[in-house]
Amino acid sequence: MATTEIARPAASAAVPQIAAHDVRPERTGWTSWVTTTDHKKIGIMYLVLTFVFFIMGGVEALLIRLQLSQADNTLLTPQKYNELFTLHGTTMIFLFVVPVMAGFGNYLLPLMIGARDMAFPKLNALSFWLLAAGGVVFYASIFFSPPECGWTCYTPLAESSYLPSGGVDAWIYLIHLTGLSSLIGAINFYATIANMRAPGMGWGRLPLFVWAILVYAILLILALPVIAGAVTLLLTDRHFGTHFFDPTSGGSPLLWQHLFWFFGHPEVYIMVLPGFGIISEVIPVFARKPIFGYKAVAASTVVIAFLGLLVWAHHMFSTPSPTVVLVFFMMSSFLIAVPTGVKIFNWIGTLWRGTIEFTTPLLYCVGFIGTFLIGGITGIFVAIFPIDWQLTDTYFVVAHFHYVIVGGAVFAVFAGVHYWFPKITGRMMSEPLGKLSFWLVLIGFHVTFFVQHAIGLDGMPRRVYEYPDVGHLELYNLISTIGSFILALGVGVIVINVVRSLKRGAVAGPDPWKANTLEWFTQSPPPVNNFDTIPRIRSVEPMKDIRREVARQADRLAALQPAATVASMGPETQGTV
Amino acid sequence: MTIIPPALRPPRPFPTTRRRLALALAAVTVVSLAAAGPAFANFWTPESGGSPNADRIHSLYVIVLVVAGVVFFGVEGALLYALFRFRARKGAVAAQIRGNTRLEIGWTIGAAVILVVLATVTFIKLPGIRNPDDSGPGGLQTAGAPILTAQVDNRQPPNGKSLRIAVNGQQYIWRYTYPDGDSNTLNNPFSYTEMVVPTDTTVTLDIRAQDVAHSWWVPKLGGKFDAVPGYTNHTWFKIPAKFAGATFAKGTVFTGQCAELCGRNHANMIARVRAVTPAQFEQWIAQRKSDVAQADDTAAAGRKKLDAQLNGQ
Repeated sequence: MATTEIARPAASAAVPQIAAHDVRPERTGWTSWVTTTDHKKIGIMYLVLTFVFFIMGGVEALLIRLQLSQADNTLLTPQKYNELFTLHGTTMIFLFVVPVMAGFGNYLLPLMIGARDMAFPKLNALSFWLLAAGGVVFYASIFFSPPECGWTCYTPLAESSYLPSGGVDAWIYLIHLTGLSSLIGAINFYATIANMRAPGMGWGRLPLFVWAILVYAILLILALPVIAGAVTLLLTDRHFGTHFFDPTSGGSPLLWQHLFWFFGHPEVYIMVLPGFGIISEVIPVFARKPIFGYKAVAASTVVIAFLGLLVWAHHMFSTPSPTVVLVFFMMSSFLIAVPTGVKIFNWIGTLWRGTIEFTTPLLYCVGFIGTFLIGGITGIFVAIFPIDWQLTDTYFVVAHFHYVIVGGAVFAVFAGVHYWFPKITGRMMSEPLGKLSFWLVLIGFHVTFFVQHAIGLDGMPRRVYEYPDVGHLELYNLISTIGSFILALGVGVIVINVVRSLKRGAVAGPDPWKANTLEWFTQSPPPVNNFDTIPRIRSVEPMKDIRREVARQADRLAALQPAATVASMGPETQGTV
Repeated sequence: MTIIPPALRPPRPFPTTRRRLALALAAVTVVSLAAAGPAFANFWTPESGGSPNADRIHSLYVIVLVVAGVVFFGVEGALLYALFRFRARKGAVAAQIRGNTRLEIGWTIGAAVILVVLATVTFIKLPGIRNPDDSGPGGLQTAGAPILTAQVDNRQPPNGKSLRIAVNGQQYIWRYTYPDGDSNTLNNPFSYTEMVVPTDTTVTLDIRAQDVAHSWWVPKLGGKFDAVPGYTNHTWFKIPAKFAGATFAKGTVFTGQCAELCGRNHANMIARVRAVTPAQFEQWIAQRKSDVAQADDTAAAGRKKLDAQLNGQ
């Protein structure tokens, strides 16, 4: 585990060193977190807060599955059920998957490009606190009346004549606050990547995770203003007498659907592209091979983002729309499968002829590829609009998008947590617990969601609080519920592993995985200023170059002065010269 | 004897016996999955059987499923093979390959070709799904009679004749209005929740909503069509003659339900379609008409009585 490097010989200053000094004494205690503008502390707060929301969204999901475990169940009232799936969807999308990627981005992006912080540290802190405010406003509604219109809040149902309570308004403010948070964060990411890269790090040497965060930022900047406008129109409809979405006064409910999905589909790529980025970082490290087709992987990220802006109405195939519209959105959705397929082929190409080390992060990456592939394939079914007429708004679609979002984002997040935990905390996570969590999550996920394809094909629509005991519906739903608890157990093991490893994990050292990117060129956890010296970047794998250089110099020294000065140091003392 | 270090050995080609085994395993899986299909009806495919358009969606789905199955087994197989074959072992050295442009172009084109094939199949199948068929010979035979209307503002069968029923979604019930041949739609026969239709007759639906958005869906009769306030959506179905019963009560009932979240009771917004013979249908329509007329008369009489009482005071 410990990296073996060479001590600095007194005479030679040319040997690359992991050296960093604190500039000022760090603040301690809780005020240091509240007042911080350090991207690492903000990143950690993002990760912790979003995981709290993830657990809350997960509990809501378990309640939903409990209600559906039996036909004609009366555990929850229809109102409570509608509130729960609205909370679940909104929480997972706006308070977990999108901001957790911002959390990874915040923590890692400056480290990966050799910067000392983000471009705008104070704006960065503002992003986090806006997110926290959005979550608080939204969850405050559970003490009054939570929204019950689903995470899509379709009009006219979301208009005040049908849902007069404040729940929808809480949802609107959540969209505004988290949207503003993401927008500010996105501008910050873009400015940081554009201006603060290490010397020599051209666009062709940008780590693929940074490419993903760059495209994530651009998509957020393009898509968020649209939803911000749409929810503002909804707000004025609800409270200030406008009729944008009210058909009885010349408004259009379909306008809402178009605006929502014009944001909503790029949102899917906002969620999965950073996940793709994590996978593209982790696989080469544990296959001990460079990424296969760096340019193709980076380019496909850009192409997916571009096409992702042109497919929104495939969520609306059953609305009254002309055939030409249906055909256009079917074809654009088909097109997006090509760059996505290219990515999957390149990941498998990276594994091919490698020497694969089955660590927990790699297992989650592999689980990601296998799971996401199924989501991609069912995506072809729902892209063909005559078939979608049978599948849309059923459990088939529920299964499809969970395969995409859990397969494409959450598995990647878990890979990222296990991979970067040593960097963030300085300690390793337990591998046996990590592997246990992987198998529980993988099996739990597929037991929960695979059978949901069949539930949908059997004719069960989504968002129904009860169903009759016909066909195999009750059996399938029970299987799904059991799976959801296995999945929850797996997530529980991850939480236990994280908490336990904080104190008891093995000390990691700066570069426990022998990784490729620059964040491993500093202590774990990194000091406030990240790096004292920033190396010149000569390839897409700067750490590999540095290790090679160190080894070469060690060889040279060994040849000059046999044995005496070549010493192996404990990892914890490295870098604190 | 020279011993070549493992790192320098050329990669072993995929042994043919193992390839055969893998193919056999894939074939067995496909066959057993296909066999499991009938055992668990609708595990792998959407419901169908009540109408030609549902059947055509089903057959299009099956074609896509087969292609998807090949892609699934191919890619997952490659993934699992790579994981097994290239796991870290003593002496193994990772090949430092950075990419292969020909391979990249190849799999990009390969993926595109699969999608072109699927798009072509879809376009071939599309007209049969989207455009209504003509009614069969055993259908409602009142050609030229007012109950079958020739219209231009929705999709009609080639001969222009269909039974056109208006579907109206409202929280939380479906209402159906049947044509009666005149332009006044206020006195038309209507029913709630259960639609009654003649078999072997093309039925076209005009789907609307009066409050929030709903979605019309009876799985065996074809896909979903949203009922959005302010818009009219259209679909059609034609139930084969075999589904009608000897009596009205014995007609097959196809069930479905609202598929767009419409409020707290969304789960109970049920739709049923009862298939009856054209004769039974005409009889039922006449009955509904007289029921409506009778109810109107009763109401008129009651109103008159009430007026008289009020005026008398």
